[in-house]
Amino acid sequence: MSATDGVTPLDLYTRMLRIRLFEEQVNDLYTSAKMPGLAHLYIGEEAVAVGVCSALRDDDYITSTHRGHGHCLAKGASVDRMFAELLGKEAGYCRGKGGSMHIADQEKGNLGANAIVAGSVGIATGAALSAKKRSTDQVSVCFFGEGALGQGIVYECMNMAALWKLPVIYVCENNLYNEYTHYRETTAGDIALRAQAFGIPSVEVDGQDVMKVREAAAAAVQRARSGGGPSFLMFMTYRQRGHHVGDIDRTYYRSKDEERRWAEERDPLRALAQVLISDGTADAASLDRIEEEVRTEISEGVKFALEAPYPSPAEVTEDVYA
Amino acid sequence: MPEQAVAERQLTMAEAVREALAQEMRRDPRVFIMGEDVAEAGTPFKVLKGLVDEFGTERVMDTPISEAGFTGIALGSAMTGMRPVVDIMFGDFLFIALDQIANQAAKVHYMSGGKLSAPIVIRTTLGATRRSAAQHSQSLHALVSHIPGLKVALPSTPYDAKGLMKSAIRDGNPVVIFEDKMMFTVKGSVPENDYTIPFGQADIKREGTDITLVATSSMVYVALAAADTLAVDGISAEVIDPRTTVPLDVDTLVRSAMKTGHAIVIDEGYQSYGVTAEIASVIADGAFYQLDAPVKRMGAMDVPIPFSPALEDLTVPTAAMVVELARELVRKGN
Repeated sequence: MSATDGVTPLDLYTRMLRIRLFEEQVNDLYTSAKMPGLAHLYIGEEAVAVGVCSALRDDDYITSTHRGHGHCLAKGASVDRMFAELLGKEAGYCRGKGGSMHIADQEKGNLGANAIVAGSVGIATGAALSAKKRSTDQVSVCFFGEGALGQGIVYECMNMAALWKLPVIYVCENNLYNEYTHYRETTAGDIALRAQAFGIPSVEVDGQDVMKVREAAAAAVQRARSGGGPSFLMFMTYRQRGHHVGDIDRTYYRSKDEERRWAEERDPLRALAQVLISDGTADAASLDRIEEEVRTEISEGVKFALEAPYPSPAEVTEDVYA
Repeated sequence: MPEQAVAERQLTMAEAVREALAQEMRRDPRVFIMGEDVAEAGTPFKVLKGLVDEFGTERVMDTPISEAGFTGIALGSAMTGMRPVVDIMFGDFLFIALDQIANQAAKVHYMSGGKLSAPIVIRTTLGATRRSAAQHSQSLHALVSHIPGLKVALPSTPYDAKGLMKSAIRDGNPVVIFEDKMMFTVKGSVPENDYTIPFGQADIKREGTDITLVATSSMVYVALAAADTLAVDGISAEVIDPRTTVPLDVDTLVRSAMKTGHAIVIDEGYQSYGVTAEIASVIADGAFYQLDAPVKRMGAMDVPIPFSPALEDLTVPTAAMVVELARELVRKGN
């Protein structure tokens, strides 16, 4: 029995919707100048984080990226403290010291989002080494975008994970764009073969179908937990918005038609809703009710964060050292 | 003070480091070592020789030649309950792992609002004059001392090497510990018992009244030799080893300079923007009104370390150079 067995399709829908509405709210906060810094939205990629994390236990580890809100929420972070962190408030997950790109939630096994591309591959692999050394059956998931495939540390870590049969799952979210450049311009050869060269099983899966994501993740988790070693999963997905909120004019690197097609024909939430309705799991009214509940959660979370106090100036020198 | 009556046993620097690691690994099952050729080879310097026999390859782990990768992996293990000691064979290779050290390990605790921590020790080396040329001879402790969140230790004796290593392993923060690769065979008194040396506590190696010589790592011996020569001239030099650059024992350094009125800071890192600059600055700030002359600095020459012995030896401060500068300073001051 795994702690993830009780997850229903409606749970998956709710979790994906929570990320979608959270990110839309982030967009509003950012464009109304209430949120400082940078905001990299996960809209369009929700099925990957939710599908993968639905196959994990609370004590399993994840590491995340600069586009990390979805991973953090999918691993169980609460909306109010997430918003508080994004606004630099004391009540945030990192007491306002990390911000959007560094949310860590130790209680839920989230070892932190990371603003260096591929910066957390070592950490995720090391958490797997630690699990093995401590003889737990925890597994570790490393989320990264296809842009990280340009960093050497990815291959150094895969090599060691394979040598030492570590319970780590490398989850490559291929959203097609390294910032403002299509991955085909930066990435030679076959991506799956990179992992296979180390003897790591590698699969490519439709990242817009949460059921398929969950199934692939569950198989990799099972393999890792039972001592089978690392896996590499590449989920084909799409970043519906810009690299960050300020990336408005995108026509120099992709067409509006391409964006329209992914949003209208390959949207993961819309696809799941259609499945749920067509197989009788839900009807329009029940999905509306879910949406209303999540909207309430989001608006209460934002309200909490907006009203929360900033850290006191004395905190600037706190926690430099443990 | 280090040299106690009970400490008759003599160990080399390498043996002292090894004993510290072995004792800590016996004390705490979370402690393990990883790096290139650390197991059967015991490192090229043989510092870890024999550890694998006692602890096995699970705790003395040979890695591929992937400094960034294994430093990151060690960090991830530290963040989840282990106590890794990473071996970076030559200090020069820190550059390869620098993202993991400076952007990741150093910032984890702060960036997570104090929730995560990174108790990782990075053992590496410094020091020129081994005829190893520009990529195996640098002393890069200033580089990591510059990054908030890291602690940096520089043992100059076998006694300190053991005590500082134990403190490093027990510390809750990332610690980079630099051993001088030319000093692994230097012998000194090291008691067998368990002891630690707290970070941020300088060691007054020799008391004096006319000039303060602050020296780190290998340069402690240069300063002590200079002090011997100066004594013949009637100049009484106080020699202080800070032992850690982060945290830095500012009080001891300033107090000494206030007493002597003169100070030279000697360190094997590159002189410009180096450790000598920071230490000279805190002394100048703290002892300004008692100083009779500007605080002077002696670091490695600002050149890539050359191979030829005829050139390499010119790049590192020597006792003769310290003596000359000290004489000049003290005479001017009087």
